[in-house]
Amino acid sequence: MTDRPHIEVKDLCVTARNAQGETFPIVSGIDFALKRGEVLALIGESGSGKTTIALTLLGHARPGATIAGGSIRVGDAELTRLDRTALAQLRGNRIAYIAQSAAAAFNPSRTIMDQVVEPALIHDLMPRDKAEAKAVELFRALALPFPDTIGARYPHQLSGGQLQRLMAAMALITDPELIILDEPTTALDVTTQIEVLRAFKAVVLERGATAIYVSHDLAVVAQMADQIVVLNQGRIREAGASAQILHSPADDYTRTLMAAARPAMRPTPARAAVPAAPLLEIRGLTAGYGKIDKAGRPRMPVLRDINLTIERGATLGVIGESGSGKSTIARVIAGLLPPASGQVLLDGEPLPPGLAGRSRDQFRRVQLVFQNADTALNPAHSVQQILERPLAFYHGLKGNAAHLRVMELMDLIRLPATLIDRNIGGLSGGQKQRVNLARALAADPQLILCDEVTSALDTVVGAAILDLMAELRRELGIATMFISHDISTVKAICDDILVLYAGTMVETGPRAAFQTAPFHPYTDLLIGSVPEMRAGWLEESHAGRGPPPIGAAGDHPDLCRFLPRCPARVDGLCNITPPPRHPLAKGNRILCHLGAESLCPS
Amino acid sequence: MIAVSLQKAKALPLSGKIGLMLVIFWLAIALFGPMLAPYPVGAFVAYDVFDGYSAAHWLGSDYLGRDVLSRLLSGARYTVGLAAAAAMLASATGTALALTAAVGGPRVDEPLSRFMDMLISIPSKIFSLVLVAAFGSSLPLLLLIAAITYVPGNYRIARALAVNLVQMDYVQVAKARGEGRFHIAIAEVLPNMIHPLLADFGLRFVFIVLLLSGLSFLGLGVQPPDADLGSLVRENISGLGEGALAILAPAVAIATLTVGVNLLIDALPGRGKGR
Repeated sequence: MTDRPHIEVKDLCVTARNAQGETFPIVSGIDFALKRGEVLALIGESGSGKTTIALTLLGHARPGATIAGGSIRVGDAELTRLDRTALAQLRGNRIAYIAQSAAAAFNPSRTIMDQVVEPALIHDLMPRDKAEAKAVELFRALALPFPDTIGARYPHQLSGGQLQRLMAAMALITDPELIILDEPTTALDVTTQIEVLRAFKAVVLERGATAIYVSHDLAVVAQMADQIVVLNQGRIREAGASAQILHSPADDYTRTLMAAARPAMRPTPARAAVPAAPLLEIRGLTAGYGKIDKAGRPRMPVLRDINLTIERGATLGVIGESGSGKSTIARVIAGLLPPASGQVLLDGEPLPPGLAGRSRDQFRRVQLVFQNADTALNPAHSVQQILERPLAFYHGLKGNAAHLRVMELMDLIRLPATLIDRNIGGLSGGQKQRVNLARALAADPQLILCDEVTSALDTVVGAAILDLMAELRRELGIATMFISHDISTVKAICDDILVLYAGTMVETGPRAAFQTAPFHPYTDLLIGSVPEMRAGWLEESHAGRGPPPIGAAGDHPDLCRFLPRCPARVDGLCNITPPPRHPLAKGNRILCHLGAESLCPS
Repeated sequence: MIAVSLQKAKALPLSGKIGLMLVIFWLAIALFGPMLAPYPVGAFVAYDVFDGYSAAHWLGSDYLGRDVLSRLLSGARYTVGLAAAAAMLASATGTALALTAAVGGPRVDEPLSRFMDMLISIPSKIFSLVLVAAFGSSLPLLLLIAAITYVPGNYRIARALAVNLVQMDYVQVAKARGEGRFHIAIAEVLPNMIHPLLADFGLRFVFIVLLLSGLSFLGLGVQPPDADLGSLVRENISGLGEGALAILAPAVAIATLTVGVNLLIDALPGRGKGR
């Protein structure tokens, strides 16, 4: 019996019913098998059916869907033949599930420990004190801070990365035969992702767990999986060992996915020879929420001392992790959040701080494109209404002239003209983002502030949007501020890059300076945390290995904000004196005590 | 215009079609009822009280021997007209104030909301008694009372909806575009709250029918010999024990009217439903 695969899925078919009551398959003809201790990855874009398949391994189909045919065998259990009670016996016991958003999966009103030991108690596997001791052991194995006491906390007191690891502890407490991980790191910052991946991998190896890893990110999967199954529109495109799929993909679709995962460098047009004044200049900007004190600092500062310039037609990339204040910069420029101190100059003229007092022309020249097109477009309006409003508002275009311009814009963003009467709900994610972009273009702006415009999209769709933006930029010469958490995208399309950490600029420079070390330690961590598409990267990478010990920090308000996480920090210097801003030979400026020679090469 | 309306009516689900038919039926009764009535409203025409149905009196006779059908046909327009007008007035006022509060920021919102809290704390019956005592009962006064009583409730719901919608990204985009408050309220916020507001309108309509009936029972509402549907039920309450048609008919009338309105409103295409 030893060579019989531990988990076997044969000719699986899941169907759903549409509004007209017709049944149609969401996934069909799915076959795969894995041995005990192996990790299998399901890869695909949204809508490819990967989560649907993962859920069938719990014997579950989402409301409206049914498992219509095929067989799903886990160990000796044939899931398609089990009834409700028998399935409940398996779930959380022999088969465990780790969901994408741990923050949403934990009950906010109960302690972590209560929830982590719950699966063991429900299934009567061990007494509570034994379960708690085992949980603490798992917390330690998952490299969580304060493993002995972390269980007494509530979910809101912990970070997203910690919660994700705690979800893993909850899943592992019953020593399941199969763990299903559904996009467990997608919602995390890259720097957190690497820590979580490392913890997952260590635990999976140590316990010899069998796992199914669902993800859209090939590079992440390369670190975890022995086998990869590539899915598209509910069917298997390609399946095989990880090394084979990653190094010699046989299927066209797999190749498209791999190409989209590595953003191509897009050429940037040559700059105007003599730039008169920069298009946008920000001087000494501090902004935040709450009351502003006498020194010009708000009670909850988000941005401190930001200085930047954007030339005409240039692209500035702003990167940082969530909470670094990158979206706040865009909000300040657009006037949605008046700064506490500092100035924003458009074409050399200072912009009024808030919305009040800006002229219609000033509004027109700066346009904001939000991350999530689902919420940035009014669901009550049609595409035509959305595009016509800025035309009427800024240019007084009405009737036929407006209609012609709308058609031009639709052409510009490569959408068929037949879509103009559609409501926003009738468009796909990529189409919505194009309309979102077109609305900004309708104003004829000089500067577009793009806030994470590709983050909510699949890689292939996102790459198409980036291509479109590069093209528009070439044709229309619009300057862009491109806000992103993804350093590889920013490196691929921007002229200049600004790295933001906790509201301070830690490194700025032209993109050429971001191709080779040395970097500011935080930039180094960001770059080093982006998974590479090869097995073994996770083990070799030194990113996120933890900082050296250091004495207590002083109480100077301008001390380096990266200090608690910095792997290159120097005791007696970094924790006492605020860091200076100084240039490096290759052209960028960093906010750090260390010079080029002492910054570790990447 | 009519063709488009017809097309939309055809697209309604079955429950919506039933609702639409009931609403049209009652609107027609409200408009033409008095003309169709076989007897005058206040005439004593039957020899028996609480008579069953007969060829002369289709719906029998009431507690004073008057023709129920005639009273029903004449009374419907008070209920339909008064309640619909009052509900519309209340919803329009409440929603307009709520939008003002939502886009106006805390300086407008706070005083307005506290004023509404004050209004909501006045018991509606006492409020009506005082007003009727001061000014005497009349149809415009009843309309005003019903509207004022239900403005705060509508305001609360509309404000809760609008305050959430004002935080949406598309409103932020509109603000960053330099749009004025009026445009944001009317073009960006209002269309997204219309469906829950219609459901609320249906609810208010039912409440107002009940309020008017209550007032009529106290002798403050529609004055005899005229009667709205509510007072028809109230005045024939003694016939309940015998299961008289005189009480069943107006009760069924109120039920079909309110259920019809709500069926129609719930079936209207809204957000999140397929079109």
